[in-house]
Amino acid sequence: MNPDFAFLVEVIVGGLLSGVMYALVAIGFVLIYKTSGVLNFAQGAMVLFAALTFVSLLERGLPFVGALAATLAVMVVLGLAVERAVLRPLVNQPPITLFMATLGVSYVIEGAAQLAWGTQVHGLDLGIDDTPFEIGGVLVSRFDLFAAGVAGLMVAALTAFFRYTHTGLAFRAVADDPFAALNAGLRLPRIWSAVWIAAGLVALVAGLLWGARLGVQFSLSLVVLKALPVLVLGGFDSIAGAILAGLIVGAVEKLSEVYLGPFIGGGIEGWIAYVAALAFLLVRPSGLLGLRSVERV
Amino acid sequence: MRAALLAGATLLGLAGGARADEQHFPLQSYRVGPYAAGGTGFFGGFIDYLNLINSRDGGVNGVKLTWSEGETQYEVERGVEVYERLKSRPGIAAWNPLSVGIAYAMIDRITADKVPLITINHGRTDSTDGRVFPYVFPLLLNPYSETSGIVAYLGTRAGGLDKLKGKTIAVLYHGSPYGKETIPIYEKLAKTYGFKVEQIEVPHPGNEQQSQWLTIRRLRPDFVVLRGWGVMNPVALKTAQKTGFPVDHIVGNVWSNSEEDAIPAGDAAKGYVAITTQASGTEYPVIQEIVRKVYEPGNGNLADKKRIGSVYHNLGVLNGILNVEAVRIAQGRFGKRTLTGDEVRWGFEHLRLDEAWVAELGAKGLFHSINVTCANHEGEGRVTFQQWDGTKWKVVSDWIAPDWASLRPIIEASSTAYAKEHGLTPRDCAAEEQADAGARNTAAEHASAESR
Repeated sequence: MNPDFAFLVEVIVGGLLSGVMYALVAIGFVLIYKTSGVLNFAQGAMVLFAALTFVSLLERGLPFVGALAATLAVMVVLGLAVERAVLRPLVNQPPITLFMATLGVSYVIEGAAQLAWGTQVHGLDLGIDDTPFEIGGVLVSRFDLFAAGVAGLMVAALTAFFRYTHTGLAFRAVADDPFAALNAGLRLPRIWSAVWIAAGLVALVAGLLWGARLGVQFSLSLVVLKALPVLVLGGFDSIAGAILAGLIVGAVEKLSEVYLGPFIGGGIEGWIAYVAALAFLLVRPSGLLGLRSVERV
Repeated sequence: MRAALLAGATLLGLAGGARADEQHFPLQSYRVGPYAAGGTGFFGGFIDYLNLINSRDGGVNGVKLTWSEGETQYEVERGVEVYERLKSRPGIAAWNPLSVGIAYAMIDRITADKVPLITINHGRTDSTDGRVFPYVFPLLLNPYSETSGIVAYLGTRAGGLDKLKGKTIAVLYHGSPYGKETIPIYEKLAKTYGFKVEQIEVPHPGNEQQSQWLTIRRLRPDFVVLRGWGVMNPVALKTAQKTGFPVDHIVGNVWSNSEEDAIPAGDAAKGYVAITTQASGTEYPVIQEIVRKVYEPGNGNLADKKRIGSVYHNLGVLNGILNVEAVRIAQGRFGKRTLTGDEVRWGFEHLRLDEAWVAELGAKGLFHSINVTCANHEGEGRVTFQQWDGTKWKVVSDWIAPDWASLRPIIEASSTAYAKEHGLTPRDCAAEEQADAGARNTAAEHASAESR
């Protein structure tokens, strides 16, 4: 393969695989937004809390599976606690109030994580070799491929859940019209609790994969910054949109940084994804696959 | 939990302010937030050394050392707020924020208040010029000296500085004023030694670096210098591995050199080399004494004893040594009592610890020496290089002297421009030193007459 072309392919592949990692975080946002209309800013803090809990238990001698099960339980309790103690009392409040509440929750979780588990950084080895392998002159990361596989499985599981299970259908009903769902006899508080638990589980998966990538440290909570343009681009209420937008954002970031960066000073990937998302927003405000809201005025 | 309670207690000021026979160190620490790992290590080491001096010697010539902490979370606004809150404490010796942003925000304030600001291993390069920045001390290493030290080391790796000609060095820097500080000096040294330099920015916080490392892969540099901070460092090492760049050809700067930078990268960090001004480890007598006299009685500041001797902890201890010796030197001039900030500044400007003095302090091998003067507030610190073996750092070079002579004109050009911009008249250091010598002679004659 021509070296320049191989390099281009490598940049695109690397970008797509990074994009999957962004989408992993974005899916946690989508789950909450889809069913309750809340943009959960605490998702990043939940990712940090999950990874820190898991690695701390592992370092205290628990076996991998035991630590995973215990962290799962902790995330279930955390999801329930946030829903019960913060979101439920604020039901029917304006969206900005709910958003600010999740912002507060984010700080509380970050503080609690450090209080409970300390401030040290930790390595996290999931047993996946991160040495690259070469296909036609293109280096591909084993770990990123593994992460993409996990993300794919998770999306498939969530899609099946939403399409074929009673609770999943109830989620969709609540998302479509909460009042109609209530009239049909669905118990909204129970559904909201379930969705917060699901967001906690997604945070655990994202936390383990991001933790293995960055190390488990406070900065894990900053991965939300990578998820936000994905949400804008993909739509806040579409899991498929999050994956598609993640791939686009990842590729755009890398291509821009590598090919455009040298001409405009470099270090542009932090904001170029937002430029792309905002530009798209002007054309399609609900995002790629987000539901168009139609209101009678 | 213990660390949090300790932080809470100290936030409330329970460590106490200075009284008549006390010298006070207000600490703008960060024990929570994204940089807490570094903050707990550094401020823990600093406090441990102050504790050692109090418990072992009863203070500095009988003057007890006290401190109080204010949590900043490494945020500039909080750092300034802590400064305003604590600055009225009596007997303040010096400020030690360990934050470029907070230090920048404090320069005008500490200059007006006449109290030294210590920015060990960091800060504005031109604050090395004490004629323009009388109260700022970038002790041991400023960013330009660090760059010179790294290039000197790469020269030894290449087989001599002249062998750098034709080589390519990529500098991966944090997208912040700190990261960008060394751009001009790398360009200058590239011209001097004939190597090609490619400087690549990583946007803050640096948790994604695929495109930068793919660019590096395409450039195929001989070495990569990592000028990182926080999460950027382990991510760089991991992404280097992912893109097939050999880790032992990556050289980290002084803020990419800790256990916190290497451990999260796992196996990807094995073989990674980084610059340092102080060795890590617990084998140095001063660290052993801290273990014996501070930790064994239960007064140690680190919650996790395994961190004793880590890079940040030893940097904190070293910072303690330099602060305490400056106070001791100033006491020799002004008397064994609580000193004013301006008097301690004089102590820092005469902080000349040669290898013999360093050995007496139990720090032989921990750091080399320092030689601060009125005009040179950095003090010609030597650097060494350490390599990560998967569990700990191991020193792999001699102590290296940066090329201070060639850096000085650049520093003076920058400080002169600063002075002009701010309407400052640079001090006449020669005249001050002469007056000092005169005063000391008079005092010596006076003392001698008294003893007769």
